[in-house]
Amino acid sequence: MSNADIALMAHLMRRAGFGATRDELEQLVEQGYENVVENLINPGDPGVMPDDVIRRYHSEMAEMRELNSAGAYWMYRMVTTRNQLEEKLALFWHGLFATGYSKLNQASALVNQINTFRRHSLGSYKTMLVELSKDPAMIIWLDNHDNHHDNINENYGRELLELFSMGVGNYTEDDIKECARAFTGWTLGNVEYMSTRASRDSIWPYSRINWHFNYRDYDHDDGEKTFLGHTGNFNGEDIIDIIVQQEATARFICTRLFQFFAADEVDEAGESVINDMMASYFDSEYEIRSVMRTMFNSDYFRSEEARFARVKGPVELVVGAVRMAGTYQEPTFGADQLARQTMYMGQGIFQPPSVEGWHEGAEWIDSGALVERVNFVGKELGDPGNPGVKAIIDRMARQGQGILSPEEQVAACADLLGPLELSESTATSIREFASEQGPADLRDGSRTEADEQRIANLLRLLTATREYQLA
Amino acid sequence: MTTTNKQRSLVVIQLAGANDPLNTVIPYADGHYYDFRPNVGIPTDQVIPLDGQLGLNPNMAPIKALWDEGKVAIVNGIGYPNPTRSHFRSMDIWHTCEPEKIATEGWLGRVIRDLDPAGQNVITGVNFGRGLPRSMGASGVPVASVGNLETYGLFPDVEEERIRGLCLDAFGKMYGGSIQDAVMDYLGQTGRDALKGADILRTAPEQYSSAVEYAENPIAQSLKNVAQVMTADLGTRIYYTQHGSFDTHGDEVKVHGGLWTQVSGAISDFLADLDEHGRGDDAIVLVWTEFGRRIRDNGTGTDHGSGGTAFIIGNPVNGGFYGQYPSLAERDHLDGDLHWNNDFRSTYSTIADKWLGLDPVPIVNGQFEQWDFVGN
Repeated sequence: MSNADIALMAHLMRRAGFGATRDELEQLVEQGYENVVENLINPGDPGVMPDDVIRRYHSEMAEMRELNSAGAYWMYRMVTTRNQLEEKLALFWHGLFATGYSKLNQASALVNQINTFRRHSLGSYKTMLVELSKDPAMIIWLDNHDNHHDNINENYGRELLELFSMGVGNYTEDDIKECARAFTGWTLGNVEYMSTRASRDSIWPYSRINWHFNYRDYDHDDGEKTFLGHTGNFNGEDIIDIIVQQEATARFICTRLFQFFAADEVDEAGESVINDMMASYFDSEYEIRSVMRTMFNSDYFRSEEARFARVKGPVELVVGAVRMAGTYQEPTFGADQLARQTMYMGQGIFQPPSVEGWHEGAEWIDSGALVERVNFVGKELGDPGNPGVKAIIDRMARQGQGILSPEEQVAACADLLGPLELSESTATSIREFASEQGPADLRDGSRTEADEQRIANLLRLLTATREYQLA
Repeated sequence: MTTTNKQRSLVVIQLAGANDPLNTVIPYADGHYYDFRPNVGIPTDQVIPLDGQLGLNPNMAPIKALWDEGKVAIVNGIGYPNPTRSHFRSMDIWHTCEPEKIATEGWLGRVIRDLDPAGQNVITGVNFGRGLPRSMGASGVPVASVGNLETYGLFPDVEEERIRGLCLDAFGKMYGGSIQDAVMDYLGQTGRDALKGADILRTAPEQYSSAVEYAENPIAQSLKNVAQVMTADLGTRIYYTQHGSFDTHGDEVKVHGGLWTQVSGAISDFLADLDEHGRGDDAIVLVWTEFGRRIRDNGTGTDHGSGGTAFIIGNPVNGGFYGQYPSLAERDHLDGDLHWNNDFRSTYSTIADKWLGLDPVPIVNGQFEQWDFVGN
């Protein structure tokens, strides 16, 4: 097993998931890169505790109507799932179809929405858009319940075209109106009551009732519509059928997936990968699974240039650190704190700043957020008592004679945390720090707490680097 | 006024969870109040009268003392058009000054940018609390978010002082090297800003001493931190903190009263502290909350409503009532709530323009009539 294989697999797992420990990477390399990609895009049992058991034994997560418990629940899923891509994609869709608690006051509707994303993540984009249009949280969020036969509300129709499929410049204002007409009657059961509760009240004092999609035939405008040059008595499904056939839609969704999974910035080589992804989109009748396969298996994605070309988002950073530190296994209150941590860093789960989602890339970082990032990850990976940190120290003990010089410590820590690629100036600063601490004797019998702490201190410092902020 | 607005600062206290205006500034002479508040009304003989109509909650004696000195402006009936009763949405509206659309940039972020356009001082704005309040968020505007001033900075969990020092040294070097890459350079700049901000802020508690003894509660400790930074002359102009939860659906009289005991005491101690350091004329305190509460109580508390009360407190403030107290007569209710009569952006505009000397229009997204609670 070569270092290059490990580095490539580490890259894949940072992008398709939240990263992997060295033990996990070794097992994955055994399976072969393309097999791992197939497993990622064909998820099986996530290996998480079933919802009914969670509700029975973890009462803090039983109340999914509240933001904290819903955020905690999703953090639990992300930290413990076997299907890393499934959760990473759900996070992608949450950013793309950004729906916020602020207008809903009902977090269980958002938990349900994420479940819908999980179900349709890798299938047809057409199905995804139809299901999205029927999603109660989305209907309230973008006011489609106010979109009536005799009085259209354009909000959902506009964002469907602008933010969820083609992007501005590919349709006219008339297309937006016709699109909105086609979605009249797509609403919630008992919508008058539910929407009043959502806009005027909190969960107090009578709590909430679950929402479900309801199609009101009598409130649907069945008249003739002309949309993107097609004419007919279109309903919402017909509109989506036309949308997904557009090259602009293929380019839009493939570019967004590329930017989330491959690189923040699209260069010329990236454009060519996006073109291949678009070809897969049409060849497979809009199947996201095929698009993902094309991207992950591309030479571009596998190349060294593609590595560390993205700034980790707060959720990615927190989940990745916790998975590596092995500090969280069960759905307990701790996950509530994890969800809060991502909020301190600028990404509150279920609280996107607007329908446009989060501004990603370098915009994740400001001075306040950087302090939170460095301190949180440092605490997770700087504690030799944490299982993942202990595993790293044990691995290092098996190297050479078990007594590591400062330079060897730096090299081994950077390797096991990634492998991380350090700039020369970063590496020099860390080696100076390691020299101040001195050698570490990790042999059984002679290893002391101080030896372990030295390694943990190095891990802490490595997670504080600029390089660690990138995926 | 002896100060120039170069030294003037603004301290913002958010009462998170929606403070009940009716039990804060109490219309004790109005029979409707007692009709609608059979369970959570404050008995007339406990109210601290401000005039013949309105009085303060009995737990706000320190505010009354400041009122008597003419240092308290009370803006009654504050709100915005088409009020929402969602905490999050309403907070966003107050944070961003955008009642109609969902926006991301905070009004204080714009204030900080205008106060320090070149971004020369990385701590022009400081938040005391975890996570950045949306009010202060604006692209490219550095803001420090301080949980606890004594331990603020990088690597607070490293117990050994020598190791922490080495970590900080290494951090400075790691973020100092120029790397030929836009993202890495941006990260470097941000890391250096964070380190610099922490270094500067850490000096504040060391220089500080005061005869004022703050209470041991979060809002008092936050305002003590504000006083420490302000008296250290670090150039910080905008301070932010919050206290709560004022979401008093149940057990309101006790919970709400307890919170106001803490807030009132903290503000009073804070202003005394500033006076002791000769800085009392440099600061005003804005106290706001996202909305009011229902006029009719629910048995033990009150549910979400609209129409609130804001306070502006400090030596430079022209004390008194601003805005009309909304009528409690049933025909005047807005959906069972107090009917707001002045836009919160008037209050913001007044502060931005008359206190900080900034053009308020881009800050609050529009032209709003201003109050006279501070002079120019």
